[in-house]
Amino acid sequence: MSLEIKDLHAQIPGREILKGLNLTINPGEVHAIMGPNGSGKSTLSKVLCGHSDYEVTSGEVLLDGQNILDMAVDARSRAGLFLAFQYPHEIPGVSNANFLRASLKARLPKGEDIDAVKFYKQLYSRMDALEMDRSFTSRSVNEGFSGGEKKRNEILQLMMLEPKYAILDETDSGLDIDALKIVSRGVNAMRSENRGFLVITHYQRLLNYIQPDIVHVLKDGRIVKTGGKELSLELEEKGYDWVHEEPLAAAA
Amino acid sequence: MPTLAPAPQTSSMSSEAAPVAAPPAGLEIIAPAREKSAAPAWFLEKSAAAWSNFQSLPVPGLKDEAWRYSNAKKIALSTYQPTAAANEHIEAEAVAASEGLAETAARFVFVNDRLVVAETARLPAGVICLPFEEALQSQAALLQQHFMQREMTLGSAKFAALHLAHVRAGLVILVPKGIAIEQPIEVFHWIAAEHAAIFPHTLIVTEDNADVTVVDHYRTWKAETGLSLAVADLVAGKGSRIRYIACQELGEKAQAMHLSSTVTARDAQVKNFQVQLGAEFSRSESVSDLLGEGSHSDMLSVALPTGDQIVDQRTLQNHKAPHATSDLLYKNALYGKSRSIFSGLITVDKEAHFTDAYQTCRNLLNSDEAEATSLPGLEINADQVKCSHGATSGPISDEELFYLKARGITDGESRKLIVEGFLADALAKLGNGPIADMVVSRIHEKLIQAV
Ligand SMILES: Nc1ncnc2c1ncn2[C@@H]1O[C@H](COP(=O)(O)OP(=O)(O)OP(=O)(O)O)[C@@H](O)[C@H]1O
Ligand SMILES: [Mg+2]
Repeated sequence: MSLEIKDLHAQIPGREILKGLNLTINPGEVHAIMGPNGSGKSTLSKVLCGHSDYEVTSGEVLLDGQNILDMAVDARSRAGLFLAFQYPHEIPGVSNANFLRASLKARLPKGEDIDAVKFYKQLYSRMDALEMDRSFTSRSVNEGFSGGEKKRNEILQLMMLEPKYAILDETDSGLDIDALKIVSRGVNAMRSENRGFLVITHYQRLLNYIQPDIVHVLKDGRIVKTGGKELSLELEEKGYDWVHEEPLAAAA
Repeated sequence: MPTLAPAPQTSSMSSEAAPVAAPPAGLEIIAPAREKSAAPAWFLEKSAAAWSNFQSLPVPGLKDEAWRYSNAKKIALSTYQPTAAANEHIEAEAVAASEGLAETAARFVFVNDRLVVAETARLPAGVICLPFEEALQSQAALLQQHFMQREMTLGSAKFAALHLAHVRAGLVILVPKGIAIEQPIEVFHWIAAEHAAIFPHTLIVTEDNADVTVVDHYRTWKAETGLSLAVADLVAGKGSRIRYIACQELGEKAQAMHLSSTVTARDAQVKNFQVQLGAEFSRSESVSDLLGEGSHSDMLSVALPTGDQIVDQRTLQNHKAPHATSDLLYKNALYGKSRSIFSGLITVDKEAHFTDAYQTCRNLLNSDEAEATSLPGLEINADQVKCSHGATSGPISDEELFYLKARGITDGESRKLIVEGFLADALAKLGNGPIADMVVSRIHEKLIQAV
């Protein structure tokens, strides 16, 4: 049981972005990925979800042993993968509640529907935990949301969908100091021995709240260094220039 | 006169007008056969004059501005005939299929232009709500004052004349001063024979501060072909409110025309909501004459053409009084090789200061072969006017789709959600309640077939 990324190569036409990426996330672990702008962090997250902009040219991604690279985007999500987007998209006219209901319903056997009362009870308790106003249930998904509200809404979806593996792409960007605490609390509440996390961030601050077990540095499409949580402190202090590929780390 | 008419926006890959089917022999739109006893002399005269008017007016040609990008010949008149009553068995089936709103103030069912059901017991006292033929006998003054008094300026004078010549079905409604009818009046018009033409009419007159909601359904029963040539006159008195919903769900080979005319007195508010789901060719013409200061007209439309369906929409927001507002929102979600044509004009007269007039047509193309053409226009002759018009068309955004699918929602279900979301702002104008629920469920039914 794990999310295993093996020698992953992915490209857009004419340009390789992921250049042989290896990473294994076990349930119960929180991994952090840090790395310079443009190094391929968001690309990794989107490739894992099956975004059609990227072509995987070689490598494997196994979710609890199942190769997900052949699976459609929606099937990967139902298999237990979740991405909290760096830039969540707006869906005009589709209410947040309907969107979440449709997401949960998609996980039920055909013809079955979710229990509305139970759904709203769950939704409200999780919104309360994230200190989100109830009005967000009837508002269109992300439409007119502030940057921070969008990020909070991503974590709400995480809490409702209860995935096996969750990738958080710069969830901290756009959050104010209080919101960062609230959202981190929400994420920490979701930590469990059955769930693995991959937290992409530029800042140590988030990792003070969501303490990672393992920290990786992604540079130019590869994991070039892996360490414990002290690595993020070192990066905060020294930047990325000193980090160079270590054959051992790359092969880990 | 400053006229702003931007170049038409057409988006699609290809457009090929479908050939008009060869007319079956022995059919034609014949002169109306009205019995002398069936209508008062003034009306017989009017109807006869309309018939000769219909005959002398040419079918609009391709160069006719009002039929640009469309084709009046698509209304293949020679393949239709005004029809006899359906047999009782068919009438009973159509009545049984007339499922609409759970609660109404009055309910009518017409099959082949014949009245089959009339329930009026729940109407407040004083309200006039009569089938057209009955109104001819007892409401001459009302009809002479309001029935088809406005000129048809959007291209279908010939078809309006044909309607007038043949009309015998529909409702004549007068809501007296101060009366608000809480529940809607609902009417079903069925075409229940091949090649049958029906001519449903809806006349709604509200006196000062009256309030009424009317829903017209147009459907076919066990027939594929057919023509519904409907006209609605909405005459709103001072401070009154009319909500009118026309829900067209004719069979896939049928043709539909809906010509509506709204007149608003001071502070009146009218909402005209068009739902176009059926028919191979449907044309709607909606004119709002804002005659009263402070009056408001909402012009709304939702269409979901699939296959080879064509939706042809022509509108006019005619501001003749100061401080009046009009808001037009037309939404088309297109599938297959379907086409939509929207042509809308806002005119603001010299006296109509402080006009607020908006016009928006949006098209969502769910297929590479669908095509949407928008021709928005403005003609402003007053100062201190707020006007805007906009037309957009484009496919579903890949990123929107990815976002929904990344939450586990299937491709088909995601597209459906996006289309429903696209239509949501227009549907929201129906408010919350049984009418909105009914319209949404009709749309949803078609959506399930479309994807
Ligand atoms: N769809 C795309 N089309 C073109 N270029 C792309 C696309 N996706 C990613 N790239 C390019 O690939 C590189 C990696 O982008 P990515 O978004 O993965 O970086 P990142 O590590 O997430 O950066 P940041 O820290 O700024 O979020 C960038 O140079 C980016 O411009
Ligand atoms: Mg990024």
